[in-house]
Amino acid sequence: MEIELNGKIIRTEEKSLKKFVQKVGDGAQVVIYNGFQVDMRQEREIKDGDIITLIKKGVMPDKDELEAMICARFTPGLYRKFKNAKVAVAGLGGLGSNIAAMLARSAVGKLLLVDFDTVEPSNLNRQNYYIKHLGMKKCDAMKEIIKEIDPFIEVECKCVRLGYENCAEVLKGYKYICEAFDGAESKAMITEVVCGNMSGNFDGSVLVAASGMAGIEDANEIKTVKRMKNLYVCGDMVNGAQVGRGLMAPRVAICAGHQANMILRLIAEEKEDE
Amino acid sequence: MRLNGEETEVKEEMSIGKLLEEKGYRRERVAVELNGEILPKNKYDDTMIKNDDVIEVVSFVGGG
Repeated sequence: MEIELNGKIIRTEEKSLKKFVQKVGDGAQVVIYNGFQVDMRQEREIKDGDIITLIKKGVMPDKDELEAMICARFTPGLYRKFKNAKVAVAGLGGLGSNIAAMLARSAVGKLLLVDFDTVEPSNLNRQNYYIKHLGMKKCDAMKEIIKEIDPFIEVECKCVRLGYENCAEVLKGYKYICEAFDGAESKAMITEVVCGNMSGNFDGSVLVAASGMAGIEDANEIKTVKRMKNLYVCGDMVNGAQVGRGLMAPRVAICAGHQANMILRLIAEEKEDE
Repeated sequence: MRLNGEETEVKEEMSIGKLLEEKGYRRERVAVELNGEILPKNKYDDTMIKNDDVIEVVSFVGGG
C-alpha cells in the first residue's frame, strides 16, 4: 500500500503503526497519524492513503520535510485545497494581521496583503505585531511574520489605501477577499465594489467582512452571518469602536478567527473542477 | 416590500435614500442590495421603491 510519510509518498507492507514507527522512526517522539498526535501504547493498523508524520523534537528538518511537518495536524484532505487557494486580506490592523497569520498557519498558498499604514505603539494591544515592527509598513511586517510562520507561502504586498478609485484594480483576480478595515465607511465601500461587481472583476468572488467587535462585551455575541448573495459578516453587528469604547485583543482576534474560518470553509467546500 | 427579511410598508413614492434616512441608517456606512443586486450609493436617491421589492441593508459599525 501507499502512504505519505513526512510529505513523501512511500510504499510499505507494514500494517502495524507501532512496528512501522520502530522501523523508520529514528527516535521520533512525535507521531502524527491522519492529523492526530497518537499514543504509541495503542495498536493501530496502517491503511492505504494514510498520512504519517514523525518528528524528532529539537531537530531542524530538511526544507521539504518541514512543510509536511508544519501541516501535520491538518484534517486530512484540507492541505492540498488550501495550498492551491489564494486569498486577499484588505487591511492589516487588528483583524487583518490576525487573519493573515491564521491563513498562513493554514498553508493558504498565496496571500495578497493590502495596507497603506505603518506599525505604531497603539497597534500592539490587539494587532499581531511586535516591538521590533514599530515604524515598519504593516505589509512588510506581516510578510516577515508569515515567513517566520510558514516560509512556503507566497506573499504579495500592496502598500496602498483602498478607495472607490482603486479597490477593484488592486483586488481583481481574488475569489476570496477579507474585509479587515477599521472604518465603517471603508467596509461599506469594499462591499459595494466587490459584491456589486460593477467592474466585472469579481464574478464568483466572496467577501468576508466584519462589523462589531469592540470592547469586552460577551464574546459569544460574535457570529458569522451570511448576508446578500456573496457576503458574510462576522461580528456582533452593534459594538463599534467609539469614544469610550476601545478595541481589545480578545474580541478582535475572535472576530478575525470567524473570518479566517469562514474563508477556510469556503475553500474546503469548493468543487474540484472550480 | 421586504426589508431585511421583514414585511415593511412605506408611503408611496419613496426613494431608497429616503428609506435609509427614515430607518435611521447612515448611507455612507451601509451597503444596499435591491432584488439581489447591490445598488451603488449614487443611485440611492433616484431609485424609487416598488411593491414587492426585496431590500437588504447591511449596516457597518467601525473597528478592526
